[in-house]
Amino acid sequence: MRALGMMAVAVAGVVGLAAAGRSSQAGGTVAGKVRFTGAKPLMAKIDMSDESVCKAKYTAPPTEETVVVNANGTLANVFVYVKAGLPADYAAPAPAEDVVLDQNGCRYHPHVLGIRVGQKLAIKNSDGLLHNIKAMGKQNRPFNVSQPTSMTTERVFTAPEVMVPLECNVHGWMHAYLGVLPHSFFAVTGTDGSFSLKGLPPGTYTIEAWHEKYGTQVATVTVTAGGAKTQDFTFTAR
Amino acid sequence: MRAVGLSDSRTVGLLGAVVVALLSVSQTVRLSSQDTTRGKTVYVKWCAGCHGEDGKGDGPAAAYMLPRPRDFTGAVYQIRTTANGQLPTDADLMRSIDDGLFGTAMPGWKGRLSDAERRDVLAYLKTFSAFFADTTQRPVALAFGREPGSDARVGRQFYDSIGCRKCHGDQGRGDGPSAPTLKDDAGFPIFAADLAQSWRFNGGGDVAAIYRRLRTGLDGTPMPSFSDLIDQKFLTADELWHLAQYVRSLSPTRPPELRDVIHAPAARGALPAAPDDSAWNRVEPSWFPLVGQVIHKSRWFTPAIAGVWVQALHDGRALALRITWDDRSQSPDSAWRPFTQRVLASVAGDDSTPPAAALWPDQLIVQFPTKVPEGMERPYFLMGATTQPVYQWRWTSALRTSGRAVAGLARGIERFDSLPAGSAPAAQAVYDHGQWRLVLTRALATPDTADDLQFRTGRAIPVAFFGQDGSNGEFGTRMAVSTWYFLALDQPTPPRVFVTPVVAIAVTLGLGLVLVRRAQQRGTRA
Repeated sequence: MRALGMMAVAVAGVVGLAAAGRSSQAGGTVAGKVRFTGAKPLMAKIDMSDESVCKAKYTAPPTEETVVVNANGTLANVFVYVKAGLPADYAAPAPAEDVVLDQNGCRYHPHVLGIRVGQKLAIKNSDGLLHNIKAMGKQNRPFNVSQPTSMTTERVFTAPEVMVPLECNVHGWMHAYLGVLPHSFFAVTGTDGSFSLKGLPPGTYTIEAWHEKYGTQVATVTVTAGGAKTQDFTFTAR
Repeated sequence: MRAVGLSDSRTVGLLGAVVVALLSVSQTVRLSSQDTTRGKTVYVKWCAGCHGEDGKGDGPAAAYMLPRPRDFTGAVYQIRTTANGQLPTDADLMRSIDDGLFGTAMPGWKGRLSDAERRDVLAYLKTFSAFFADTTQRPVALAFGREPGSDARVGRQFYDSIGCRKCHGDQGRGDGPSAPTLKDDAGFPIFAADLAQSWRFNGGGDVAAIYRRLRTGLDGTPMPSFSDLIDQKFLTADELWHLAQYVRSLSPTRPPELRDVIHAPAARGALPAAPDDSAWNRVEPSWFPLVGQVIHKSRWFTPAIAGVWVQALHDGRALALRITWDDRSQSPDSAWRPFTQRVLASVAGDDSTPPAAALWPDQLIVQFPTKVPEGMERPYFLMGATTQPVYQWRWTSALRTSGRAVAGLARGIERFDSLPAGSAPAAQAVYDHGQWRLVLTRALATPDTADDLQFRTGRAIPVAFFGQDGSNGEFGTRMAVSTWYFLALDQPTPPRVFVTPVVAIAVTLGLGLVLVRRAQQRGTRA
């Protein structure tokens, strides 16, 4: 009876994997840019004079990263993800590799990141000085861990949540945002403001773009097998 | 059982009782899981005023409190025996309900609500969060092990190496460089604990309680957990225990007891005018708690100064008062200005709009009646009245370099008429790692006998204290206050007190000798 059950699980697993593989081969893509209009806000300089180790890592005084506007007029650190539209039975195992969040120069790298439910977040302290890392999720249990030296702490998130704010209380300017999802259809805009969500099964999706200051925007996009759709977002200064 | 660190059989008995209580609690919870009506009745009557009808920590009284009452909807609790981020056990919740949270507005309910009422309300407040219904969340108390022999020196090493001073400061008084930036999860300003006041630690001030806080962290606050450091072999459990022992050593062995009278002994030498004169080490300090001024508008509900330690000495000609109090900031300090603004924005007051933060100084006021009263009658404690003023010494950190405080008459909280500088007390103050130490000195008798209090020995002189921490947004009537206490200047001992017994002994001895000799002479004759 138990062996039968195990076999059933194994078969289901293989079928699931095959389904996932097939969908990524034949899947569609949603790609685009996140534009920014209006006056670029001035970011405050961070005074790191109490932390000489961190201060020494910068040639110019570091600034806060609440709004990072790229040279091409796009917005960085926007979390773009599939909010709804995946089949109810959609399942894909979380990748085995860790997502790394590094504390370097008394700032988080990256500032905005995504992770899968059940995937390990490796929080690394490259500064070798005291940081505490506090996660303040509402759907996930919180944590607040001390890292007085160079070390790595691992944590796992159990529930989808956009976003879990992370902060350091020793350095009040250190903030990061973590999107926790049950699938891998998410991206964070970088220096060119572009994103790309690949391998989507054919269907109609709600795509959301999240920014820590400017909030969220949603778009509905229909994807066909092997097709590519462009969906841009625009955030306006306020 | 050994894991909990048992020290004697009484603890075992207590633990047994706790286990029994726990079992009955879990049973009650199970039985009443469908019906929390009774718990709701208790909650609405006793808890909702602060914690809110919906458990969001937003009751009518909440806006007057810092820290705010617990928001039950997130199920994030500071005082637990479970790992960082985990739900509390029922025993953890029951402990906070029974004993309250020291240093906060949360009282203990053990004597006020019946056992059944407290169990019912516990079950009800768990319904505010879905986490408690989630069967994958299983709160388990950590094994805390046994406290090793004390080694506060090792503890101090780890105090430095794990960076406690960043928030709590070099001497632990909550004055570290990151202290002005601290916020809780909801964004409200929060003080790093003053580790020299263990009787005000939220979860209890003994070594075991401190160790549990180090292991679990205080969830919802900036205080992290240090359990990972044991797992990663950065330190051992014993070393973390030593840190708890060191933290405990920063506070008095016993919580200060309130006594009504400050005794000013007669000084043997010159009066110590400097705050750090070693002569003060020989004078016993008295502790006087201060509370927010909530009588007169603008009222102040969240004072930063918990109390003052007072010592007094006199030499028959002058009186020296030494007042010592913990204050995380040497106001005015621009580093604290954003904190000041957050405090003013967070605490409800009598103004329609919260005042803008300014760089206010720290202030300490000592109050006496204008004359030593003959009977029990005293002026109104809150700065007298128009008809019956009080005599005050007002010292502020802005006056620090002048070497003087201001003497004057207060006629109610809003009227202070200063007296000529000639009669003002001399003042010397030291700010040292989160603590002010101030010595005020004045002649017992002054020429202005109409306005200045004339101190007399052997009498109970009413005295009261007021304090302000400018960086906490305290100015004007926003202050911490005490009620009337007494100052007694001991009578100098007259020389005959020492001579009389000696004379008496000599006379007795002499008479005795005479008697003995006479008896002997009589014997020889016979």
